[in-house]
Amino acid sequence: MQNKVQVHTTINGEEVDFLCEPRQSLLECLRDNLNQTGTKEGCNDGNCGACTVNLDGRIVTSCLVLGVEAEGRQITTIEGIAKGNQLHPLQRAFLEEAALQCGICTPGFIVAAKALLDHEPNPSEDRIRWWLANNLCRCTGYDKIIRAVQKAAAVLQEAKA
Amino acid sequence: MSTQYNVLGTRPIRHDGADKVTGRAIYGADFHLAGMLHGFVLRSPHAHARIKRIDTSKAAQYPGVKAIVTADDFPQTPDRIVDLGEGPTPLSYARGNVLAKGKVLYQGHAVAGIAAINAHVAEEAAKLIEVEYEPLPCVLTAPDAMKDGAPILHEDLKTTELGEKTDRVSNVSTHFRHVLGNSDERFAKGDLRVFEGEFDTATVHQGYIEPHAATVLWNNDGRVLVWCSTQGAFVVRDVTAVLLDVPVQQVRVTPTEIGGGFGGKIPVYLEPVAALLSKKTGRPVKLLMSRRDVFEGSGPTPGSHIKVKIGVTPEGRIEAAQASLAYEAGAYPGAMVGPGTMCIFAAYDIPNVTIDGYDVVVNKPSTAAYRAPGATNAAFAAETIVDEIAETLGLDPIELRLKNASKEGTRRADGPKFRRIGCIEVLEAMKASAHYNAPLAGPNRGRGIAIGFWFNAGLPSSVNISVTNDGSVNLVEGSTDIGGTRTSIAMQAAEVLGIPVERVNPTVVDTDSVGFTHVTGGSRTTFATGYAAYEAAQDVMRQMKERAAKLMETDAASVTADKGVFTANGKSLTFAEIAAKLDATGGPITGRGAVNPKSAGGSFSGAIADVEVDPETGRTQILRFTSIQDAGKAIHPSYVEGQMQGGSVQGIGWALNEEYYMSDQGRMMNSSLLDYRMPTALDLPMIETIIVEVANPLHPFGVRGVGEANIVPPPAAVANAIYHAKGVRMRRLPMKPSAVMEAIGM
Ligand code: FES
Ligand code: FES
Repeated sequence: MQNKVQVHTTINGEEVDFLCEPRQSLLECLRDNLNQTGTKEGCNDGNCGACTVNLDGRIVTSCLVLGVEAEGRQITTIEGIAKGNQLHPLQRAFLEEAALQCGICTPGFIVAAKALLDHEPNPSEDRIRWWLANNLCRCTGYDKIIRAVQKAAAVLQEAKA
Repeated sequence: MSTQYNVLGTRPIRHDGADKVTGRAIYGADFHLAGMLHGFVLRSPHAHARIKRIDTSKAAQYPGVKAIVTADDFPQTPDRIVDLGEGPTPLSYARGNVLAKGKVLYQGHAVAGIAAINAHVAEEAAKLIEVEYEPLPCVLTAPDAMKDGAPILHEDLKTTELGEKTDRVSNVSTHFRHVLGNSDERFAKGDLRVFEGEFDTATVHQGYIEPHAATVLWNNDGRVLVWCSTQGAFVVRDVTAVLLDVPVQQVRVTPTEIGGGFGGKIPVYLEPVAALLSKKTGRPVKLLMSRRDVFEGSGPTPGSHIKVKIGVTPEGRIEAAQASLAYEAGAYPGAMVGPGTMCIFAAYDIPNVTIDGYDVVVNKPSTAAYRAPGATNAAFAAETIVDEIAETLGLDPIELRLKNASKEGTRRADGPKFRRIGCIEVLEAMKASAHYNAPLAGPNRGRGIAIGFWFNAGLPSSVNISVTNDGSVNLVEGSTDIGGTRTSIAMQAAEVLGIPVERVNPTVVDTDSVGFTHVTGGSRTTFATGYAAYEAAQDVMRQMKERAAKLMETDAASVTADKGVFTANGKSLTFAEIAAKLDATGGPITGRGAVNPKSAGGSFSGAIADVEVDPETGRTQILRFTSIQDAGKAIHPSYVEGQMQGGSVQGIGWALNEEYYMSDQGRMMNSSLLDYRMPTALDLPMIETIIVEVANPLHPFGVRGVGEANIVPPPAAVANAIYHAKGVRMRRLPMKPSAVMEAIGM
C-alpha cells in the first residue's frame, strides 16, 4: 500500500480535500476517491476524450493528469455544467438534437464544447470538428453532436444580445 | 393511405436524457457497493500455447490480495452442448473463453482473475502469478488455417461438412452451402459475361467507448447478484448460471447504463470470473477491462476471405452467381459467416446461385457480432463486382441494381422468399437524391454507391405497463437502452394509450422483475420490445374501456377511445379521469405484453460516397456521404437518422483505417485508440440521411429495425468511389493510405 498525499483543490466551485496515492490519475481520484463518476474512462491513455475536464480554464484528459497535480487548481467536471436544476444550453441542445445515443462520450464532449464556446462564441463547423477531434464517439457519427454545438452557440449568442 | 399518428414520427426528448447530459447516469464502471473489492484479469502474452503450470502462491501472499481464480475454480461438470443464445456450443468452449483451460488460443486470452483491495494492487500481484507456457505455432488468417498441416487450435474440433459430421480434425468447424437453381450449368452455357474477384477484410473491433465492466456479489443467501454493462441481461443471467453450474433462479442481473455495444457486449467475459472471486471472498468484486483488454480480450468481428463470381447478360440481367466466404471465428467456432452467406446476394433476384461458407478458427480473440454481423464483409465483395459490371456494360450503377433488385416473392439462395421489402424503394430514393444528382468535379475525386441488406431479429420481449392514479403509466421492460429505446418503446405505448409520451415512465429493470427479453441487438428492440409495449398497451386499453363502461354505466363494447378520450352514449371521460377512479372501479390496472416474433422483416440500406484521394499520400477523404435506409415506420426520426449516421461512420472507419495489425507471432500491435484509428469528428463531413418507409407487415406500426443495415454498404461504396477517383479496384480492407498508394502504383 502506497502512502497517501493530501490534495487541496476546487471542484465545480467547491473547495475539496482528498487523499490519494501519488500514482493515481485525476480521473481515478474523481471517480473512485470522490465518487464523481460523471467523468468517464474510455481508454486511460489520452486517446478517447471521455475523461475530459476543465483545469484552470483549459481542457485536459484527466487520465493523463495526476491527482496530486490538482493541488490548488480549479477543476470543472460534467457535474458542474448545469446551474442547479437549470441545464446548460449545451446540455439542452444535446438532448434536443439527439446528439447522444449511448451517452458515454457525452460528458467529455459537453465539457470540451463548453470550453470552446466560452472563448469562441461563434465557431465554424470546421473549428468545432477540429476542437472536438480528441473526443471519440462511436455511436453518432458526430453529425448531431456538431449540430448541437452549433445550436448551443446560437442560443448563447441570443441570450447575450 | 398513410395513418395519422399522434406520437409516432415526433421527436420527443429521451426519458433518460437529463441523467446522461449531467453525468448522473450510472454505467458499468460507475457502479459501487460497500466493501467492494477490485479485480484484475491476467491475460496470455502468447497467441497459442499450452499452459503447463500455473502457480499463484506468490501472488496470493501479496499484501492486499484477497483471492485468485483460474479455470480450475469452475465447477468440474462434464462437457456438454449448451445453447447460450448464440447457437449451440460445447460448455468447455464457453468456459474456456472466460478462463483458459489447458491452452491459450489468442494473445489476451484470460488465464486468471485476482481480487484485491484496489485495482493497482491486483495488477501488481498479477505479475507474481507464474504461468509456464509451451508456445505453439499460431495461425492468423482463414486461408492459412484451412491449409493442410496448419497448426490445429482444438484437437477435438471435427469439421461438419455440408451437414455431415466428419472425423476430420481441422480448423474448419463447418463448411455449408446454399444452392438455388444451377449456377455451374448456367455459367457453362458460355453466353454470360463473367466478373469475378477475391477479397480480404481485416479483423475490426466494434469500438464502443465504454470498456466492459461487471460487479458481482455472491450473496450469503446463495444468490449471485450481477450489475454489468450488457446488451442482454437475461443472456448474462443464463450464461452465468450455466458456467457456474447454479440454477438460473439463483442469478439476478441488473443492467447498468451501457456505453455502446454494437454486438460486442452480448458475450459474457467478466461476470463468471467476478462471481468466482466473490464466492471465494464473500465480498462484491468489480472487474473492468482496460482498452487494451477490450481489443485483445473481447470479441472483434471476423476478418474474411471472399470469392465472388457473377454472370450477367449483355443487357445487365444477373443470371448466375457464386461465392465462397471463409470467415475467421477467432479462437472458438462461430464466425458470423452464416449471415454473410445469406446476405451476400440478398439484394438481387438471381435464378442460379451457389454460396459456400466456411467457419474457421484462428489464433485471434473469439469473434462477436458487430452490427449486421457478416454482411458488411460480404457486401464489400459483391457490391464491388456489381459496380464493375455497371462500369463495363456502360450502365448507371443504380439502374443495373434496379434491373436486378429483390422484391416481394424473390427467393434467396438460403431458402426463404422475401415478404414486402424496400430494396427497390431504397434504390429509387438514392436515384432521386440531391446527392446523386449533384455534379462532382475535380481531379482525384470519385463517387461510389452500394446497397446492403440485413435481416433483423425478432425474438422474445416482455413489457408490463401499470396505470397510475394521475393518468400516467409506468412501463417496465427488459431491453437495455443503448440509443434511446426507452423512448422509442414508450412512444409506441403512448400511441396506443392516446396519451403524451411524457406521461409514460419507462424503466429498464433487472432479470427478476420482468419476463424474458432477448438482447438489444439484431435491430430488434424498437421492433420487438416495441411490439410487446404495443400489446401491453392494448391490454391496458381493454381494461380502461371496461372501467369507462362502468363509470358511464354502459358495456365495454360500446366504448370507443381516441387520443385518450373514452366515449359512449354521448358521454366521455379522459384517460386521467378514469385512472383517478381505479380504486372505485375494481382496483389497479396492469397490462402485459409478451411477444416472440419468429421473423422481423429485413431492412435495406444504400450509401452514396464522394471521395477525394490524395495522390501524394494515398489518403482518402470523404467529401460527402448519404445514407438511405428503409425504416418501415420511423418511430423517432432523430434516432433513426442517428443509427444511420453512426452505422455509416463505422462503415467508413472499416473501409479506410480500422484493422487488427498483427505480428507474425499473433500479437496485436495497435491495441490502443491512438493506433487503432477510428474516425474522429475531423475526418468527416455531415452524414446526410434519407429515411424510406415501406411498412413492415410483421409489426403493428410497420416498424423495421434500423440499427444495422446502414453499416453494410459503406465500405463497398467507398471502394467504388476510390475506383471512380483513381481507376483502381481495391480488393482488401482497410483501404489505408499505403494500400491505396500501392494500388495506384506509386
Ligand atoms: S480515458 Fe482519458 S482520454 Fe480516454
Ligand atoms: S453516444 Fe455512444 S459513444 Fe458517443
